[in-house]
Amino acid sequence: MSTETALPVLTPGDFASDQEVRWCPGCGDYSILAQMKKVLPTLGVPPEKTVFVSGIGCSSRFPYYVNTYGIHSIHGRAPAIASGVKVARPDLSVWVITGDGDALSIGGNHLMHCIRRNLDINIVLFNNRIYGLTKGQYSPTSVLGQVTKSTPNGVIDNPLHPLSVAIGCEATFVARSIDVNIKHLSMVLKRAAEHVGTSFVEVYQNCNVFNDGAFDYATGRDVKADATLELEHGKPLIFGKNRDKGIRLNGITPEVVELGKGISEDDLLFHDEQAAEPTLAYLLSRMSHPDFPEPIGVYRSIDAPRYEERLSEQIAAAQKRGKGDLQTLFNSGETWRVE
Amino acid sequence: MATITRTKSIVELDAATVRFCGDSGDGMQLAGTQLTNTSALAGNDIATFPDFPAEIRAPRGTKAGVSGFQIRFASTEIFTPGDQVDALVAMNPAALVTNLVDLVTGGILIVNKDAFDEKGMAQAGYKNSPLDDGSLDGYQLFPVEMTRLTRLAVEGLGLGLKESDRCRNFYAMGLTFWLYDRSLEPTMRYIDEKFGKMPAVAEANRRALKAGYNYGETTDAMASQFMVSKAELKPGLYRNITGNQALAWGLVAAAQRSGCEIFYGSYPITPASDILHELVRHKNFGVRTFQAEDEIAAVTSALGAAFAGAMGVTASSGPGIALKTEAIGLAVMTELPLLIINVQRGGPSTGLPTKTEQADLLQALFGRNGECPVPIVAASSPADCFNAAFDAWRIAVRYMTPVFILTDGYIANGAEPWNVPEVDNLPQIHVSHPGPKENGETFMPYARDERLARPWALPGTPGLMHRIGGLEKQDITGNVNYEPANHEHMVNLRARKVALVANDIPPQAIDGPTSGKLLVISWGGTYGACATAVRAAQSRGRSVSHVHLRYLNPFPSNLGEIISRFDKVLIPELNRGQLRMVIRAQFLVDAIGLNKIQGKPFAIREVTEKIEEMLK
Repeated sequence: MSTETALPVLTPGDFASDQEVRWCPGCGDYSILAQMKKVLPTLGVPPEKTVFVSGIGCSSRFPYYVNTYGIHSIHGRAPAIASGVKVARPDLSVWVITGDGDALSIGGNHLMHCIRRNLDINIVLFNNRIYGLTKGQYSPTSVLGQVTKSTPNGVIDNPLHPLSVAIGCEATFVARSIDVNIKHLSMVLKRAAEHVGTSFVEVYQNCNVFNDGAFDYATGRDVKADATLELEHGKPLIFGKNRDKGIRLNGITPEVVELGKGISEDDLLFHDEQAAEPTLAYLLSRMSHPDFPEPIGVYRSIDAPRYEERLSEQIAAAQKRGKGDLQTLFNSGETWRVE
Repeated sequence: MATITRTKSIVELDAATVRFCGDSGDGMQLAGTQLTNTSALAGNDIATFPDFPAEIRAPRGTKAGVSGFQIRFASTEIFTPGDQVDALVAMNPAALVTNLVDLVTGGILIVNKDAFDEKGMAQAGYKNSPLDDGSLDGYQLFPVEMTRLTRLAVEGLGLGLKESDRCRNFYAMGLTFWLYDRSLEPTMRYIDEKFGKMPAVAEANRRALKAGYNYGETTDAMASQFMVSKAELKPGLYRNITGNQALAWGLVAAAQRSGCEIFYGSYPITPASDILHELVRHKNFGVRTFQAEDEIAAVTSALGAAFAGAMGVTASSGPGIALKTEAIGLAVMTELPLLIINVQRGGPSTGLPTKTEQADLLQALFGRNGECPVPIVAASSPADCFNAAFDAWRIAVRYMTPVFILTDGYIANGAEPWNVPEVDNLPQIHVSHPGPKENGETFMPYARDERLARPWALPGTPGLMHRIGGLEKQDITGNVNYEPANHEHMVNLRARKVALVANDIPPQAIDGPTSGKLLVISWGGTYGACATAVRAAQSRGRSVSHVHLRYLNPFPSNLGEIISRFDKVLIPELNRGQLRMVIRAQFLVDAIGLNKIQGKPFAIREVTEKIEEMLK
């Protein structure tokens, strides 16, 4: 007879909070929340060991809607707060939920340094290319010429590419998915959670109030197959409704080619998410609509030491030489006694 | 070391104040530190005042690059490094011209004669050599060829000229040690420890030190030595400690006595960085230090760590505190324990990074958006930083609130003897976390105890999952709530909670009679000058008492009553009257200020003069 106690089976309901969700009807955030609630029970981490940290913005309401520990903090600072949580308590599973303005504008510095330290934190950036909560100003990912409330004559600053930024910060895990591509999104969130080190995920998210249709090219039934490319490790870069197009390298420049007519799969660029150098991942992150299909999936996933791991090692090493004793500390060095 | 036989007369003194000054590359801080440690070990009471420029290496020989270290050692209890110096050691003309003003008339003036060449004098603005033109006749001038004599002393060790000249501070130390009859042993031990791996450098420093000492002994110019006997200090074990070191140790002690582990989030800034440098050395206590990307990340990471159950601490100086203000508001809203240390310096903006000031009191009190009360604890002396840190953490966890600790550049870098406590006599700091809840029992993160503190629920505890944040909270449930009445209730509740801290601090002590003509109220690093001036006035029969505030928010509950029993109130501050503004507002008293904003601490005589003026 087995004496083992079965592990409790968690369901999405175990991660649902009792708070009313207050995003606009039709917002892409609902889908991301639903996929997250599906993925969390599959990770083997109970709700009490999970912490969601967010900044300010529509996406940053997210922690209220999951029944874990959570902090809805101040604008841009979620990666720094999460870093403190993780460094103090490496046993916790820590998520950062952020947006394009929160992560790349006001919080750019924290994002950069969180990623370079490679703390084991999962960062999910909801990119809707607009400021939603403040009602429609342009964001650092808004495209050139975009007309918004604060740019009636069109955006004139160059947009940031979130994945290029992350790769430039030495990210060890970089991926992209789309709010409505629910199976793909689940897969990407799960891979991000399983990665040990900072995972950076950009999710294309439609703001149906202030920037509706920004990602129609990537989600429209007729066009998405030609405008996106699903990355698979070790596989050639093929896309298109009929899977008849691919990406080939011409020198160090990618180009779109049609398969057949003397071009075979072997001529194409093969994806390697484990490449030691981030060059390929960076090149992929630069491919953008309409000149190229935009890659979705895992760009990069490599193993590297984590900050909290190294710090814990230093502490363990110091304590191995002798745990701290206050009286010994006080009495150390030059002292004298007054009788 | 061979026993030294004295050949000259010895004059006994109660106290002496010595200042080393020279180029910032001349090792004056080291010279001062060595004389400090040696005097402490000799049993004197000591107080020090390191004073250095903001530039790491201003052009050599210029006035901008002058670095100084003042130390007062005494056979009686002292509270300040002294108003004026009895002996000034000046390594170059720029140091002489910028420091001479503080030398007492008839004081000892030792200068490095070799530095008084044309270029050096031009940089200091001297047209003629002050060593020859009679302008220094009012002092006991000893021009010593320190450069030449140091080079001679280290000859044969294979050192270049630059390296040889680097030993000059040891020569100056040796001479000063002879002058005040100090042992060379502690400095010899320091040399062994510091330069053990560079035998030639170690030997050169030893030789320079002895050469300086022997110069004093043999030259006819110096007629007598001075001796300052042991001070009558409270019995016990002592060590020399700076304010920043004491603060760091107070944090470590508070963590140990509360069963918490320190998370120290910090961004380098003068004059607070030494707290970080000290804490990184204590990983064996489980101290986690995090040099953040900026001041905002320093405080927010500490707040995240506090949420996770650590003792979250961040430190900075004024400009950095300005950047942290939004996050301090979040700490107030989320009601998490957090220590915010401000080692104050001259402001506004970058201001005077290496100079002291007390101008951030109102920033600590009010420098946030919204009604955002934070308890404030201020340290009064270098050693007192230990107690201030320890007590601040007690308040933070007892009331679940961020707490400000105010120190300043003067006490942070200054040193004094510290009566080492017995660890067993340090109080325990009680910290509790709610246990797990099962069967769907609801957890209320904003329920309160009798002190209005909410529970500190740790991530990892089953059944206590909750979300906090910067949006207004509903009382008890902690849910987001925008109702007008709830907001007013919560604002008042947070204010009441901080006000309740007054029940947990000792009543205000008073030095002197409990009523009279004049009450001097001070806070922070001006304690030494104010206490000394008041005690001296009392001994002259003046009707004056002294109250020194450790707690600036809330005030001790008996403060108003104390104030009401005096005819006049004087508040000396190194600002334009910030405490005075608060005292006037809170107690409707016509308090008078003594205000100094020069980046320098009060001289005792400045406080004395004001006391006399007010008692006229």
